[in-house]
Amino acid sequence: MFIRVNAERCSGCETCLASCPYDAIVIREGKAEITEMCQMCRSCLSVCPEGAISEIKEASDSKEKEEGRGVWVFAEQRDGIVAGVTFELLGAGRRLADMLGTDLSAVLFGASSSDAAELLRWGANRVYHCEDEIVRGFTDEVYAGLLSNMVDQYGPEIVLAGATPIGRSFLPRVAARLRTGLTADCTSLAIDIESKNLLQVRPAFGGNIMATIVCPNTRPQMATVRPRVMKRGEYDAAKTGEIVKVTAEGIRIRARVIETVKEVSEVAINLQEANIIIAGGRGVGGEKGFNMLFELAGALEGACVGASRAAVDEGWIPYRHQVGQTGKTVSPKLYIACGISGAVQHLVGMQSSDIIVAINRNPEAPIFSVATYGIVADLFEVLPLLIKRIRETKGK
Amino acid sequence: MKIVVCVKQVPDTAEVRINPETNTLIRDGVPSIINPYDLHAIEAGLQLKEITGGRLTAVTMGPPQAETSLREAISMGVDEGVLLTDRAFAGSDTWATAYTLARAVEHLGADIVLCGKQAIDGDTAQVGPEMAEFLGVPHVAYVRKIQDVGEKGIVVQRLMDDGFDVVESSLPVLLTVVRELNTPRMPSLKGKMVAKKAVIRKLTLSDIGAEEDSVGLKGSPTQVRNIFAPEAKKDRKIIEGSNEEKVEALVHALMESKCL
Ligand SMILES: Cc1cc2nc3c(=O)[nH]c(=O)nc-3n(C[C@H](O)[C@H](O)[C@H](O)COP(=O)(O)OP(=O)(O)OC[C@H]3O[C@@H](n4cnc5c(N)ncnc54)[C@H](O)[C@@H]3O)c2cc1C
Ligand SMILES: Nc1ncnc2c1ncn2[C@@H]1O[C@H](COP(=O)(O)O)[C@@H](O)[C@H]1O
Repeated sequence: MFIRVNAERCSGCETCLASCPYDAIVIREGKAEITEMCQMCRSCLSVCPEGAISEIKEASDSKEKEEGRGVWVFAEQRDGIVAGVTFELLGAGRRLADMLGTDLSAVLFGASSSDAAELLRWGANRVYHCEDEIVRGFTDEVYAGLLSNMVDQYGPEIVLAGATPIGRSFLPRVAARLRTGLTADCTSLAIDIESKNLLQVRPAFGGNIMATIVCPNTRPQMATVRPRVMKRGEYDAAKTGEIVKVTAEGIRIRARVIETVKEVSEVAINLQEANIIIAGGRGVGGEKGFNMLFELAGALEGACVGASRAAVDEGWIPYRHQVGQTGKTVSPKLYIACGISGAVQHLVGMQSSDIIVAINRNPEAPIFSVATYGIVADLFEVLPLLIKRIRETKGK
Repeated sequence: MKIVVCVKQVPDTAEVRINPETNTLIRDGVPSIINPYDLHAIEAGLQLKEITGGRLTAVTMGPPQAETSLREAISMGVDEGVLLTDRAFAGSDTWATAYTLARAVEHLGADIVLCGKQAIDGDTAQVGPEMAEFLGVPHVAYVRKIQDVGEKGIVVQRLMDDGFDVVESSLPVLLTVVRELNTPRMPSLKGKMVAKKAVIRKLTLSDIGAEEDSVGLKGSPTQVRNIFAPEAKKDRKIIEGSNEEKVEALVHALMESKCL
């Protein structure tokens, strides 16, 4: 498949140039031409007033694919604790497996056999568990080598992992080795009824657009999934299933972890688990302003402080607190955005919060379009009142 | 020591918007820039070069106009720019891009390959680690500090969610870098002069010995099916009144919904 310009029809009007996100269209000798930068996004197809741009399908597009078996979820652990995103993946994986009429397996490297059993209760039919010493800590080469070998042996149809530092680091190696597609940081997954292909939706261009990605000709279809956007699976204490032991042998390690340093900023670490987040942006004005947010967080139980990238870039608060496209995705019960304009890159990180409160003195700020409750006011006037009022209610 | 830095020319995404009626991107007047993360990779390459006395080459895969990025890299102090350009590379996804870049790096030879953590147009962060697999070398992602480098190996800090790992690797190695690593230098006046005159080496499919079936659209396992604008929630409610009344109403509403 490729995109072609019919030179006879093309009037050289240049309308298509602006439609291309990849700068892939140039005008040569008065005619539009698609260059090698074309990513097949099809944006240009509909814009040509002459209908000169079309999509050409090749016969080889219908390459035969090997039908895989089963949906796999990579159950990430660090220090023996299974990451929260695993349970969300099991929820999504269960849904996909049911739609395909196949079963769901979890792949656990490290942790204990009781953790493996717990994954069955969260919806997996089967858990492949490796308990070797070598997989307790994360190394790209071991994780990638072992998972690739397992995929070769069992042939799953779909492999999902969390879009965490670990998942996003080693899964690309697996995809490269298996000669198959990997879609990064998906925010929604579905099955195309007709083709049975996995439809993978993800943000691109800093969250300004969403794209649906397919991997039609190779298996498995692989994706990393953004934490905290999908619902957890159902927990059933009575559920059982099969646990298959696997071992990691003969994998070469050339890059090894020699030390792990935890930077415990209690508030930040818990950002993704917090029930309440008080977030500040450029409008907070400085470290002093952030002290006020910390004061408010202190007055509420289980509250953490978050920040926009502008506030982080100003150096008012460490990167760990950043919420958004290039920071953390959060979905607390309550998100209070103070002095944040609501750029799309910020919104993608927090808009699935249950209740959003926006405090901003500009009534036109886009943050109000996602806010459950909007307060148009100066935050330096409102926040002290709010802190005082909340202390009173808590005091009672 | 041979060091290669991979740079990508990207549209300045802060300015890209989608037209909700036609579902197409509005790109009028959006400037092309070097992917911001890659500026940090260039800076890391320059510092490594200064320590080890090596040679630093910048590689980009893209259309002829991506040459601008290479000249910009040279103006910062990079020794040479290599442009991978061939119609056969059209439509590459991360797999095919990584494959092509890896063949080029093999062709050039490298002890250390540097990439940005991710490119801001696609935000995939996959090309670096995929490339390492194709090259058959280890990689360390999210490097936030280079602690030590020698002939045989390197010690770096890898940024994680809960802190950082200190990782030791043999060479050759591929590193992807985050913004915390350094502050990219500005091009010098002399650098700009050098860049203007520099000869950019161009390499095609056959130059790097890549297989035609593995590059471009043919070599890409994934396809973009469609693009659309993100949707926003619309249950907005502005609380009116004096500041005291607003706070009172808010606290009341939050208590009602059991948030407090
Ligand atoms: C590729 C890419 C990735 C990005 N990733 C992220 C990300 O992960 N997270 C993120 O947050 N951003 C991200 N951004 C940046 C984003 O585009 C915005 O620039 C950023 O979110 C703006 O931060 P802000 O809302 O704090 O600042 P501004 O946009 O400057 O808004 C400040 C707001 O404060 C209000 N204000 C000022 N003073 C007061 C006052 N006294 N009382 C009340 N209100 C006041 C103003 O009305 C204004 O609305 C990214 C951008 C790009 C290009
Ligand atoms: N076309 C390209 N040319 C050169 N380097 C690239 C290209 N695409 C990606 N890279 C490198 O890979 C990194 C990650 O890109 P991505 O996986 O697209 O997010 C970038 O920061 C670059 O260093």
